[in-house]
Amino acid sequence: MINVEAVYWLVGILFVAWASLIAADTNHPRRWGSSAFWGLLGLCFFYSTWVQAGTAPGWILGVAVLVLVVLASTGLLGHGKHRTSTGPEREAFAKRFGNKLFIPALTLPLVTVILVLAAPVLVIGGTPLLDPKNTTLVALAIGAVAAVVVALLILKPKNPATPLFESRRILESIGWAALLPQMLTTLGILFTKAGVGTAVGTLASGLLPKGSLIAGVLVYCIGMFLFTVLMGNGFAAFPIMTAAIGWPVLVETFHGDPAIVFAIGMLAGFCGTLCTPMAANFNLVPSALLEMDNKYGVIAAQVGTAIPLLAVNIALMYFLAFH
Amino acid sequence: MLVLIGVLLVIVGFAIRLNPLIVVTVAGIVTALLGGMNPAQILESFGTGFASSRSVTIFVAVLPVVGIIEFFGLQEQAKTLIGRLAKLTAGRVLIGYLAVRQITAAVGLTSIGGHAQTVRPLVFPMAEGAALRRYGHVPEKISEKIKGHSAGADNVGVFFGEDVFVAVGSILLITTFVDTTYHLHLEPLQLALWAIPTAIAAFLIHGFRLLRLDKQLDKEYREFELTAEKETAGEAK
Repeated sequence: MINVEAVYWLVGILFVAWASLIAADTNHPRRWGSSAFWGLLGLCFFYSTWVQAGTAPGWILGVAVLVLVVLASTGLLGHGKHRTSTGPEREAFAKRFGNKLFIPALTLPLVTVILVLAAPVLVIGGTPLLDPKNTTLVALAIGAVAAVVVALLILKPKNPATPLFESRRILESIGWAALLPQMLTTLGILFTKAGVGTAVGTLASGLLPKGSLIAGVLVYCIGMFLFTVLMGNGFAAFPIMTAAIGWPVLVETFHGDPAIVFAIGMLAGFCGTLCTPMAANFNLVPSALLEMDNKYGVIAAQVGTAIPLLAVNIALMYFLAFH
Repeated sequence: MLVLIGVLLVIVGFAIRLNPLIVVTVAGIVTALLGGMNPAQILESFGTGFASSRSVTIFVAVLPVVGIIEFFGLQEQAKTLIGRLAKLTAGRVLIGYLAVRQITAAVGLTSIGGHAQTVRPLVFPMAEGAALRRYGHVPEKISEKIKGHSAGADNVGVFFGEDVFVAVGSILLITTFVDTTYHLHLEPLQLALWAIPTAIAAFLIHGFRLLRLDKQLDKEYREFELTAEKETAGEAK
């Protein structure tokens, strides 16, 4: 069986390879800080396997993570100058290869989707080929490897390590933002352990006037929205807002249809995800990936949809869930 | 209530634009201390938190293929391809992507796209290519706006498409939480069904905004041309 840990090791190997390329780059302005950052990040991916299995102490990894934060935020992590193809070279390549260039780009999603769909029947000797709990992740990694192979076969670069060189360029433009989504997940865990959720829940139910249905719907939906903005995802907000308002007020007191209340409540939270830098993997990593000047540019493009959609969700819940 | 200081730190930190990594780390440590954890437990939490959240960083595995095809001019080819289709504008390209992303997510194929896989190598160059055909030149400001909306179309599509699919994380979270806490028995299918009205609303609202985006870009380009003309006129004097 191809386990999800194998995928994490592939990611770890990539980080270590990128770190070695940076270490070998004598013109890099932050040569040692940058290679230390990416190399340590890669090692953390390996070591995590044992932390996850409970066979290695987690605090060592905790120390390493804090070192990463220090490296990234004290200016020791920097951008190298990359030699890549120039504009005219790219135009010439594009003329030469034409639409063949799309083949590797499409191989990736195609292989991923086929593997996800075929996973239930890909069973060898009674064990499934792909980790059934993480099929999508494993399929995505296999798709990524397949796409590189296809790209090398079609494009035949002079240097077979071109994918590695070129991805280092993209990685360095993402920079520290690559670590942020994982740090935010940790923050969410710490918030929950320390009781931030219960405090917010108490606050929200304290705000609620008794006996008003529309007030209940408003506090539940807007609460889901705001709490998601704070935590970065609706998953953390849902149990708390539901325990504080969704279940006792909307379902028990006003006899709302639970399926409608909860489905729409969660979607009100998703509107919050569109507006928050805490959802770094959706909102900040893309602006880094697209090399935008304003790192909040993605959020700026989404707020105009999120707010009216929140209003629609409130209306839908109010009119559909209570008969 | 004291633990909410951590939340406050996050808000203030992001508002004054400190490095988010520092903000998040400090807020986490402060919250944990206020919540009564000792330093050893805090370090342990940072470690286990990292180990259990590695899946969000898997996107870097697609960078090698994106890197090589960009090296060989994929973005340029995507622009050329779109440039041939006269009717396409940046907004229309993005509406098309929004529709594809939402429909595929609704049948469970969320992994078909993403910011690293599709937005950077394909969607953004196509949208920008359409703008290039229309204006002949894409100023930085317009390019920046197209970038934001390219990523936005992906997010809106996947968020409000995936919930229509029964086996997605958020639906399973609702059923497990509600069923174990309140002894209900909710079918994932019921929840997925009630996500459809919002999915349609999301497409209409975002689609409408993308149509308006073309008009905004037209306006911004005219302004850009005016200032450029003024500048050259100034130089001529």
